[in-house]
Amino acid sequence: MKIAVCVSHVPDTATKIKIGADEKMIDPAGVVYIINPYDEFAVEESLKTKEKFGGEVIAVSVGNDNSKETIRKSLAMGVDRGILLKCDRALDSYGIAKALSEELKNYVPDIIFMGKQSVDYDDAIVGQLTSEMLGISCITNVIELKIDGQKITAEREIEGGKEVVESELPIIITTQKGLNEPRYASLKGIMAAKKKEIAEKQVGDFSNLTEVLKIKKPAEKQPGRIVGTDASAVPELVRLLHEEAKVI
Amino acid sequence: MPKYIIAILEQRENKLKKISFEVISFSKSLSEKLGLEAAAIVIGDEIDNISEINNYGISKVFHFKNKLLSNYSVSAYSDIITEFVKQLDVEYLVLGDTSLGKDLAPRIAARIKAGCVMDIVNINLSEETPIFTRPIYAGKALVDMKFNSDIKVVTIRPNVFKGQKIDNPNTLNIDSKEIQNPNLKTRVIEIKKAEGKLDVAEADIIVSGGRGLKGPENFSLVENLADVLGAAVGASRAAVDAGWRSHRDQVGQTGKTVSPSLYIACGISGAIQHLAGMSSSKYIVAINKDKDAPIFSIADYGIVGDLFEILPALTEEIKKINS
Ligand SMILES: Cc1cc2nc3c(=O)[nH]c(=O)nc-3n(C[C@H](O)[C@H](O)[C@H](O)COP(=O)(O)OP(=O)(O)OC[C@H]3O[C@@H](n4cnc5c(N)ncnc54)[C@H](O)[C@@H]3O)c2cc1C
Ligand SMILES: Nc1ncnc2c1ncn2[C@@H]1O[C@H](COP(=O)(O)O)[C@@H](O)[C@H]1O
Repeated sequence: MKIAVCVSHVPDTATKIKIGADEKMIDPAGVVYIINPYDEFAVEESLKTKEKFGGEVIAVSVGNDNSKETIRKSLAMGVDRGILLKCDRALDSYGIAKALSEELKNYVPDIIFMGKQSVDYDDAIVGQLTSEMLGISCITNVIELKIDGQKITAEREIEGGKEVVESELPIIITTQKGLNEPRYASLKGIMAAKKKEIAEKQVGDFSNLTEVLKIKKPAEKQPGRIVGTDASAVPELVRLLHEEAKVI
Repeated sequence: MPKYIIAILEQRENKLKKISFEVISFSKSLSEKLGLEAAAIVIGDEIDNISEINNYGISKVFHFKNKLLSNYSVSAYSDIITEFVKQLDVEYLVLGDTSLGKDLAPRIAARIKAGCVMDIVNINLSEETPIFTRPIYAGKALVDMKFNSDIKVVTIRPNVFKGQKIDNPNTLNIDSKEIQNPNLKTRVIEIKKAEGKLDVAEADIIVSGGRGLKGPENFSLVENLADVLGAAVGASRAAVDAGWRSHRDQVGQTGKTVSPSLYIACGISGAIQHLAGMSSSKYIVAINKDKDAPIFSIADYGIVGDLFEILPALTEEIKKINS
């Protein structure tokens, strides 16, 4: 089976965000970057799929040279080879999906795994856009997956429960926590990853359909009132919620 | 001829969901400000509460019908909506940022070469072109975006733009079309509902528990409080990773992002990843025995004390005002 996994290189979730001088990007100074947490589920699922059906897994990332670290991480987990689609400009999700689909249409995977969302811009749309550009199916937010011949049965998380979805290969699956437990890269894996190939290609010139005007910090919230230090404060708390905040 | 703004509604089990009314009110208000014509689309079988649409300000609805479409199918929905949109002069498509809207909006956008801005929480119409604001980095920052495309697709964050009933609605005009052979290449074959539980993503009040609960059995304290408030039960990742709660309940950067009117955090320290998912709640209450816990920095009201004592007292006190 031909399998691809798309990985993005994002700031660690514990990062405090500082706005950059141009107010269009964050200030990268001091920011630690990691593989997008949801993409670890995608990598794990791609490896499990290969273990079951055989074939090859490639990891693709759109970004600058630093994204190689994230590709390397997936190689250390067991992915066979990587492709960096190099781009130093900021692309919107449409541009990223375009870059990914231009590359993947040459490779024609049976299944492409992505995370349900990147924890930087939290768009949660690259998988769906790429599926349209490649003209293949897509199931998002997947927490359980069965592949049986050409047939796919997946469970996806929705409000108040799960949907069981049926579709067919080729397909893009975007992964949600709960699908699997990502493996750790072994020392052997890390050593092996150093020898694996990461091909580099320049991304074409795509026009963005949306444009960032400005990024800013949300209004600071004033710390509130400590109503008390034991259960005797409860009636006052309830009074405040009822009469002042009017939320109960 | 004015261009259209189309509200794409969401139904489950033949009933329009709350988010649909938020989408209608939002579209209606934007249509007035931008001089657009507002209409709605709903796909499904019979829609029990379809007659409520005009109460929120839109009086033209296109209902695409087929028994096989009572469940969601992204392939069918995308086909139907893109076909429809191509026949009209459409400027905006509006959806809710729900599991359905998130799945569908980009699919339609890609087909009609529209830009897509997801999860908006604000819109500014005082500039030359409308500016849409959305949270990024899990709410640690906000971004102002504009479109460079002719057709624009936006999804609105649930609970932020309220569904508002209008006075003297026009009569509802329903244009119903039976869909022949819907494209069911990808389709929902079953919905597994979580046992009678309100989902944190849809709740107006949330009571969340963390590691401070000490064990799964003590979540009954949280559940009892949630019951008297008609609230959903949430959890920190620590509680989820310990296996005390399902991931479905996790609030935070790698869980759900919520904006209820009231969020009560019990035995949750307030790690940055947790705050990321709930800091946009209207009112936040923290119950924690550590006065230096970061959760107090964003709480409107707090009690520094033992939750095992405070939660039962709080439940009793609320029962009193309920009765
Ligand atoms: C990539 C990544 C993603 C993450 N995503 C999320 C996420 O989505 N959501 C999330 O929540 N976390 C997330 N985290 C984890 C986060 O960093 C914290 O570890 C987690 O939120 C802590 O949960 P907690 O507050 O329940 O536990 P703790 O931090 O251990 O806090 C327990 C609190 O309970 C209080 N307490 C104890 N006993 C009592 C008592 N008897 N009465 C009152 N108070 C008491 C303590 O004072 C303490 O403040 C993520 C971490 C990473 C690295
Ligand atoms: N720059 C990128 N390079 C490769 N894959 C990406 C990139 N950005 C996003 N993706 C993939 O698309 C998923 C959803 O991202 P997003 O739509 O940006 O939230 C991620 O989990 C990745 O699998």
